[in-house]
Amino acid sequence: MSFELTFAARNVLLGAGLLGALGGTLGSFAFLRRQSLLGDALAHAALPGVCLGFLISGVKAPLPLFLGALVAGLLGALFILATIRLTRIKEDTAIGIVLSVFFGAGIVLLTHIQKLPTGNQSGLDRFLFGQAATLLPEDVARMSWLGAAVLVTVLLFYKELKLMSFDADFGASLGFPVRRLEVLLTLLLVVVVVVGLQTVGVVLIVATLITPAAAARQWTERLGRMIGLSAAIGAGAGLVGAYASATIPKLPTGPAIVLISSSVLVASLLFAPNRGILWAMLRERRLTRRIRRENLLKDLYRLCEDRDDWNLLLPAVLLMGVRGQSAPQLARSARPLIAGGELEERDGAWRLTPRGKAEAARVVRKHRLWELYLTRKLELASDHVHRDAEAMEHVLTDRAVAELEARLGFPETDPHGRPIPAAPDLAAVGGRP
Amino acid sequence: MSPTLVILLVGSCVAASCALVGSFLVLRKMALMGDAISHAVLPGIAIAFLLTGDRSPLPMIIGAGALGVLTVFLVELFHRSGRLQEDASIGVVFPALFSIGVIVISRYAAQVDLDLDCVLYGEIAYTPWDTLSWGDHNLGPKALWVSGGTLLLNLALVFGLFKELKVSTFDPELGAALGFSSVALHYILMSAVSVTVVGAFESVGAILVVAMLVVPPATAYLLTDRLATMIWLGAAFGVASALGGYWLARWWDASIAGAMATVAGALFVGAMVLSPRHGLLARALGRWRGARRMDGQLVMLHLEKGRHPLPLATLVQRFGWRRTRLDRTLRELEAAGWVRRQKGGVALTDEGAEALERSGQDRLAHHLSPA
Repeated sequence: MSFELTFAARNVLLGAGLLGALGGTLGSFAFLRRQSLLGDALAHAALPGVCLGFLISGVKAPLPLFLGALVAGLLGALFILATIRLTRIKEDTAIGIVLSVFFGAGIVLLTHIQKLPTGNQSGLDRFLFGQAATLLPEDVARMSWLGAAVLVTVLLFYKELKLMSFDADFGASLGFPVRRLEVLLTLLLVVVVVVGLQTVGVVLIVATLITPAAAARQWTERLGRMIGLSAAIGAGAGLVGAYASATIPKLPTGPAIVLISSSVLVASLLFAPNRGILWAMLRERRLTRRIRRENLLKDLYRLCEDRDDWNLLLPAVLLMGVRGQSAPQLARSARPLIAGGELEERDGAWRLTPRGKAEAARVVRKHRLWELYLTRKLELASDHVHRDAEAMEHVLTDRAVAELEARLGFPETDPHGRPIPAAPDLAAVGGRP
Repeated sequence: MSPTLVILLVGSCVAASCALVGSFLVLRKMALMGDAISHAVLPGIAIAFLLTGDRSPLPMIIGAGALGVLTVFLVELFHRSGRLQEDASIGVVFPALFSIGVIVISRYAAQVDLDLDCVLYGEIAYTPWDTLSWGDHNLGPKALWVSGGTLLLNLALVFGLFKELKVSTFDPELGAALGFSSVALHYILMSAVSVTVVGAFESVGAILVVAMLVVPPATAYLLTDRLATMIWLGAAFGVASALGGYWLARWWDASIAGAMATVAGALFVGAMVLSPRHGLLARALGRWRGARRMDGQLVMLHLEKGRHPLPLATLVQRFGWRRTRLDRTLRELEAAGWVRRQKGGVALTDEGAEALERSGQDRLAHHLSPA
């Protein structure tokens, strides 16, 4: 692999990076406005425009083709809007209609042009499948100008576009010209789509818009950061993809770019903090384990309470019956408790240490206070409240419990007549937070 | 069989089988799953091609069908994870799969005859000459077997599971209560869509399959409120698009599949404008009639019975109308016998007074009736 890039390859790299940044920016708005597939329709709708641009101007110059694509894309967008507003057809179907009918008409025109004496359509089908390798310095220069114009527009109308992305109805109630902003956003989208056609082609344009935006969304809750990140991911995928395509033989540019941004998306879905699937699974597991531990302590507490003997050694077999758990499951919950000095083990039987008793009392206290709260405030029957309390005892904070207790007037027994452990002896032993 | 007949038959079979499953896609707001599947099956076709080394239809249909189901599964997976909207989920899955397909083809199958253009827009004009043979017997055009088989399969699906599909489309909760598994139905329908897309792929290409899946059923949806009618009407529009498209393509010397999609689009626009109940024309006419009825009632409300005719100049002044509008309204009311021109102006007749009262009661009844 050579790191010496030819001038042409550097040109392609630049173009792909630019397109990635642009697509990432505009795609963020499309993603948030749930219009991910609008870009797909606009890209397909541009084809007849490209053909008409050629037929009318008679030359394969970029400008007429570009203008044709722009006009056709806008017409497609208008047709989608009109269909949704004026008929019972829903958005997805309207998008499907524009996408396929415009493209069909485009193919009719393309085959027609093919048969003209002037016309091999080789310059035109570049617009279909995208051939980044054919990007000329002029193309990149045009992309930069258009890209700059798009970015400046986004910056100028940032506040308005932001509101449109989250709550267009609220925007309308504030007196924003929502319709005109929608048209502006669609226009920007069409420009980016048409700019991208030449590089990645009709089919893959939707990925340059949506995939970086979807990946960026996993990392942040703030629009500004999301746009920046999305543009960066898009640009990075463009650069790396174009580089890979330039150095690895028979690796088409568009698909390479898309696969790289798709990998970034998958990694983001899995690993992003807060929203990452892996972290969510981990959190879930941690919570389940804590609940199991707390349940074990509580079960021990109640068994001791029933026998009024706090030094009781309880065999695992007895505890297995309480919640239908297997011996290994119980042992897994018990191990950290033994290590933490909350349980003592002797000959396969367990006993609460003072510290364990305090921790168990804390859980039991939450459970019984919540049961009492439900029976008193919601007037639920006392035999209906246990399951609900089973869930709440693990999530109530100490402060909430203190307030609950105050509201209930510092009760001493739960609805079933059992004593509610008092708060102070927790502090004495230093219960776990 | 003449080549023309083969092309027309293949086009009609494809259009009809697309409409059968497409109607459900349109009603379930999943029209774009057809688009996604039609692109995402590419790697399945490429891999089947690489494994078998030729273009026999069965492995390709199996490979593509598997990828179709994988597409549906991945879209659901991302969507269900709660991290992507359904449209975004579609928008990230199919380009990725399509990219894999393009890379596989350009790296491993570039020399052989698996033309990307052909996959994308198909070439139905070649179908009569691509025949299937069994030993020495020529069994006729391959595409006819494939599209005919797909049609039979979809007919069996729609007839066999009509009630289940209907209930789960319009009222998924009722479906669940009656014991239909909506997940199973979803996958059955999507498998049928995948098979249909693949079967149609070679003849009309990926994007035009989308046209046949979505446009004729949408056209039918503008004309009827009944599911069964929508399905057969959609199939009829599909066949009409196929036939009309063929003649258009012959006439313009252009892509047959593209012309079919164009005709389908024209039929949709026609229905959008002309549909008797939902059409733009019918609704504009309804609004216009309503406006004129309002004009008539407004005038009548300002007139008194019998003796005290109101001068025309007063009416013009009160309403701020142009004189022609008033004249037209009066002419209509006179023709109905509800007003009478007299010396010094116009007045309400007895019939007019009655009509006014009746319409008031109608309106009241209308307002009081539940929806």
